[in-house]
Amino acid sequence: MASTVIPFGPQHPVLPEPLHFKLKIEEETVVDAIPAVGFVHRGLEGLVSKKDFIQMTQVVERVCGICSAMHGMCYCMGIEELMGIEVPKKASFLRIVWTELHRIHSHLLWFGLYADSFGFESLFMEFWKIREKIMDINEATAGSRIIISVNVIGGVKRDISPEHRQWILSTLDEVEERLKRLEKVIYEDFTIRKRTVGIGILSKEKAYELGASGPMARGSGLDIDARSLGYGCFSELDWEPIVEYGGDCYSRAKVRFREMLQSIGLIRQAFQKMPRDEEICVKFNGRPEGEVISRVEQPRGECLYYIKGNGTKNLERCRIRTPSFANFPPIMSMLIGCRLADVPVIILSMDPCISCTER
Amino acid sequence: MAIEAEATPVEELMLKVVTLKESGYRFVTITGLEIDEDRLEIIYHFALGLELKNLRVRFSRGMTIPSISPVYFSAFWPENEVIDLLGIKFSGLKIDYHGTMYLDSEDVNTVKTPFCRYIYVKKEAE
Repeated sequence: MASTVIPFGPQHPVLPEPLHFKLKIEEETVVDAIPAVGFVHRGLEGLVSKKDFIQMTQVVERVCGICSAMHGMCYCMGIEELMGIEVPKKASFLRIVWTELHRIHSHLLWFGLYADSFGFESLFMEFWKIREKIMDINEATAGSRIIISVNVIGGVKRDISPEHRQWILSTLDEVEERLKRLEKVIYEDFTIRKRTVGIGILSKEKAYELGASGPMARGSGLDIDARSLGYGCFSELDWEPIVEYGGDCYSRAKVRFREMLQSIGLIRQAFQKMPRDEEICVKFNGRPEGEVISRVEQPRGECLYYIKGNGTKNLERCRIRTPSFANFPPIMSMLIGCRLADVPVIILSMDPCISCTER
Repeated sequence: MAIEAEATPVEELMLKVVTLKESGYRFVTITGLEIDEDRLEIIYHFALGLELKNLRVRFSRGMTIPSISPVYFSAFWPENEVIDLLGIKFSGLKIDYHGTMYLDSEDVNTVKTPFCRYIYVKKEAE
């Protein structure tokens, strides 16, 4: 049978980011999919030779807008370990609050785009309306909506006042209530089920073999969540990784939906267990020397930083392995055998972040 | 965590990778580094659950390294990245972008190995 190659992206109605796939199709079925990136490669890892290790905190936050707080946290945790800095406990809890807020707003953004990918415009607007509540919290507590720049080496820059804490908790109650109203739509709506159940299947074995990460792995029954490492103060919080077993687009959406509700619970716990002392940042001397690997769980999966310092103000290497980067081989396997019409939904179900992938 | 990496000669790399795969390790990523003017290094990161296992391979510049993508298919992706950024050569790659994963193949002024401090080679016009 003659095959045709169809270019998908980098400009496509459902794709907010510049990603290109060369889809080889036979009739309506995809038989091969080769990704092509390189449209937004900025060489941020290479900036270590120009910016010192303190300025690099701001650089890594710009790797990705949606998970900027996690990038900052992961980098700072690495440098802190390298230099033997002990972060105040309050700062660790504050980091959890901001990073979990980032997880919620990232998943809400994704749900909007996901609904848009199968033409459910009103659901798209509903999710983005809820997302604005989280952005308001970011703006009120950190002064900025997305790149909040709260992490510094040694702790955090800002504290959350008791008044703000009350307001955040009541806003989260409202967000939770509005999310629960949409739960039935995501889980039971006929159109959504029709477009997502059994589509883009990634088996547990394939997910493990291809190194899937985050909701892609957990939606296929793999219990991999870097928060289980207990970094920051996660070991003091009561939670369990969320795992679904379907391996299809529906399961991945379910993982993300349950994670949003879980993150709200984690923020409540963090506020409860947060010590009342004033110290949120410690001073430090010296320059980083040696190698370290730092890992955090971002909305899209496990992020790994390899940092190598040589005792000067510039690091020797800062390698960033983002979850979107790791999820490319699994998505290639998921696309093979699917129908052309399902390609946008399957690609969206991975939550691709191309600025993370290319850095 | 501070990094523990097992020093591995290039000849033993494939054997070790196959053993890791048989022991149930998953592939995480690879990190390419420039050690000095003559030497480069690749650190291979694997994981069992969340526990990391690293292999460190040092070799001289210009040497061809066997690709581990026949064992772990997903390795072709970071290996292509390392080709672009550090100019390391791999043999047996499952999918090869020939140094154009990030970099432009048509622009003759593109720096060939942008992450190398010592060698800056302009791409030759074809």
